[in-house]
Amino acid sequence: MLTFSTGNKAVATAVKDAKTVVVAAYPITPQTEVVEETANNVASGALKARYIPVESEHSSMGACIGAAATGVRTFTATSSHGLVYMCEQIHMSAAARLPIVMANANRALGPGWNIGAEHTDSMSMRDSGWLQAYVSTVQEAYDTTLMAFRIAENENVLLPVMINLDGFLLTHITQPMDTIDDLGDYLPPTNTPHAIDINNPGGYGTLTPPTEHFKFRHDIQRGMKDSVAVIEDAQADFAKRFGRTYGMYEEYLCDDADVVIVAAGTLAKESEVAADILRKEGIKAGVLRIRWLRPFPDLTAALKGKDVVVIDRDYSFGLGGILVNEIRTKALEAFIGKDGKANLPFSVIAGLGGQEVTYDDIADFVRNRKSGGELWFGVTE
Amino acid sequence: MAEIPDEEFILKTTSACAGCSASLILRYVTKAAGKDTVLVIPACCTSVIQGVYPNTAVNVPVYNVAFASAAAVASGMSEAFRAVGKKTNVICFAGDGGTVDIGIQALSGALERGTDFLYICYDNEAYSNTGMQRSGATPIGAKTTTTPLGKNEYKKDLDAIVEAHNPVYMATACSAYPVDLYNKVKKALSIPGPKFIHVLSPCPPGWRFPSEKTIELGKLAVTSGMWLLYERENGKLTITGASKAAMKKSTPIEDYLKAQGRFRTATPEDIAMLKENSKRKMARLAHEAEAQAAEAEEA
Amino acid sequence: MYEIRLHSRGGQGGVTAAKLIAQAAFLDGKYATATPLYGAERRGAPVVSFIRIDDKPIRIYSQIRKPDLVIVLDTSIMQTVDVLAGLKADGKVLVNSQHPMELGSHKVYHTDLTGIALSLDLVLAGNPILNTPLLGAVAKAGIISRESAQKAISSVFADDRNTKAAVKAFEDMEP
Ligand SMILES: Cc1ncc(C[n+]2csc(CCOP(=O)(O)OP(=O)(O)O)c2C)c(N)n1
Ligand code: SF4
Ligand SMILES: [Mg+2]
Repeated sequence: MLTFSTGNKAVATAVKDAKTVVVAAYPITPQTEVVEETANNVASGALKARYIPVESEHSSMGACIGAAATGVRTFTATSSHGLVYMCEQIHMSAAARLPIVMANANRALGPGWNIGAEHTDSMSMRDSGWLQAYVSTVQEAYDTTLMAFRIAENENVLLPVMINLDGFLLTHITQPMDTIDDLGDYLPPTNTPHAIDINNPGGYGTLTPPTEHFKFRHDIQRGMKDSVAVIEDAQADFAKRFGRTYGMYEEYLCDDADVVIVAAGTLAKESEVAADILRKEGIKAGVLRIRWLRPFPDLTAALKGKDVVVIDRDYSFGLGGILVNEIRTKALEAFIGKDGKANLPFSVIAGLGGQEVTYDDIADFVRNRKSGGELWFGVTE
Repeated sequence: MAEIPDEEFILKTTSACAGCSASLILRYVTKAAGKDTVLVIPACCTSVIQGVYPNTAVNVPVYNVAFASAAAVASGMSEAFRAVGKKTNVICFAGDGGTVDIGIQALSGALERGTDFLYICYDNEAYSNTGMQRSGATPIGAKTTTTPLGKNEYKKDLDAIVEAHNPVYMATACSAYPVDLYNKVKKALSIPGPKFIHVLSPCPPGWRFPSEKTIELGKLAVTSGMWLLYERENGKLTITGASKAAMKKSTPIEDYLKAQGRFRTATPEDIAMLKENSKRKMARLAHEAEAQAAEAEEA
Repeated sequence: MYEIRLHSRGGQGGVTAAKLIAQAAFLDGKYATATPLYGAERRGAPVVSFIRIDDKPIRIYSQIRKPDLVIVLDTSIMQTVDVLAGLKADGKVLVNSQHPMELGSHKVYHTDLTGIALSLDLVLAGNPILNTPLLGAVAKAGIISRESAQKAISSVFADDRNTKAAVKAFEDMEP
């Protein structure tokens, strides 16, 4: 059904349409509408779920762990301080191989308090074993939340999935959204092979010696690796059934581009407008939008031989932009020319804490790019 | 009656809503505490009320900390000041959510360790900063954005929890009685050790009443016996201010409930439970006060 | 692309108004987005909302810098905020005011949304509801159709005084 929705409401609607069984969540700006909408859906009977209004995020993920351990479909949502407050549980839920789905409204961390968009919150969780998607429209938020349940619950994956929405920019924007009236069997019933079974008692998370621990960790990596095929299948089947196509990443005018802007979230959409402007000036620009950060896609072919400008709405202090470093690592060969010389990505740090970044600013980043350089947008010393 | 100093530590440039009790409470707390004071503030409306960088509306140092951690940060700060011989007041100023829900572990720990600090919980009975979701301190029957049909559970009895830690001083207060609040803060800060004050803080947008009625609402809460004013010094209970009269004869609770939009959908059962709860609390306090008086006479 | 910047105070319903305008444009068969921009202040502080309307999907998330139309729900904001900032030379202004206003060379629509709301007793928590009558005024200015304005309102508000208020604003406002 064609409707009009905010990003937050899109997530809550997908949670309803997926017939989620347990939702445990704690309010935090700018995610709160997801919690409120879900509370409303449960109160009105539109969603026959148990909604647990927990007392903190450590407990929201705790409750999700407990629920998912019994084998039911489980969801939570959070943002910034909430996400890092549940950090222990983030690691534990992944290592427990629980198919929990969570929406995260990307927001800066304090101090000072700031409720604007920033990706450092979720990207600082990238080593936990959670799959991570970054969406850029209300429609994509709805669609990806639905897919997330299928991907997380797949027996070859059994890892939690985080869907990231830029705080305010996407959580609060109202856009057209087409909801799916009948999912058919797109989402098979949750079937967690290691769900608690009274008839098959055993210890979960039992003391594990050094001779065994690493095997469990290696198994997470295997799940992560296998998840690529599962994601691709979930996306292809989604396109076939519902007509909307998604990839591991999304390309805009990249084929003939001399310079490619790489970004995640809403900045990548805004970059498309910048690319249009640059093309009018004769600069052949394209945009590559990172949709899945974990598992991280192979971008070598996509970026081979191009100038690359990476916009990070995040930072790893002492290293650099997180995206640009992931890209340098995973697509290193793309940046080495036939002559053996390197043409490294230009790194731009922009949009932290909701800093205003326009398509004109992005066009400027491209015009002023320097191979291997780093620019902090707005810093003037 | 105490002479309330003219000196202001909360300037008129706060970003609070009109009729905000939290900013009123903060004003009297800082007047009582004076200049040698540090405020430790977790995420709550007061994070916003104090203003936006590079400005601040508060004229004592304010340390803004993670939502769950006010009492823990205050522990470290207090120990550090005392270690170098400083008497600086360390005051946590936290909302009900930051106290009864996410912050209760840190509060319990700090009280149990005998930390020399004052913890003030201003209680607007919801998460107001994020737009009025339920908290553990929301009363039964109250509508919030996460209890669209009214809350089904009782308000958590924070005072009983704190009392179980045997703090050297604890009290309740209400923004509508600032002199009573001022006196309690003064007294608390004169005693070393862990102190706690729980202040009812009517919130116009959260409770849905016109902002000019904020004092009236606080008074109705106390005269109806929905909120009781008292203090305990090393366990010794004293009923204070308007609650002395209210415990003998209270005004109808309905007057308090009807003045607020959040109770509009409260069921008769909800209202009966609210009344029952208030009656039980009053009876318990009256009984305890009597028993203590009798004990004192015997001695 | 047609870009609207809406100035209101927290609690006046400006954010909902922006959504309703975008929704009506969407019902007219256009692409539309609405975005609120919150300051850090509590209730009563100035709030800005942005509405974009286009024939193609909208990929811009940054703020509107050069609006075609500025809407002012509370003229007292004009004392502290330059509501005309960036307004296109041929840009228009729509103010909630009983009286006509002169603002440079810009075409200024005026309508007494507050009076309309009060006359129908459309009041919430002591504040007159301005967003639904506003839709009538925006329709009169030719930005959305009258039918879609009504549809958008009734999809959100059950009380038919809201559509009545919109009709009244539509009829009252000079084109
Ligand atoms: C770990 C964490 N979770 C959630 C939040 C979001 N948050 C900020 S203030 C607040 C509610 C505060 O409620 P309360 O303590 O009652 O204070 P009030 O806002 O009512 O003054 C919430 C949920 C946060 N800042 N940090
Ligand atoms: S929401 Fe309530 S507590 Fe918060 S600033 Fe406004 S009146 Fe004060
Ligand atoms: Mg509160």
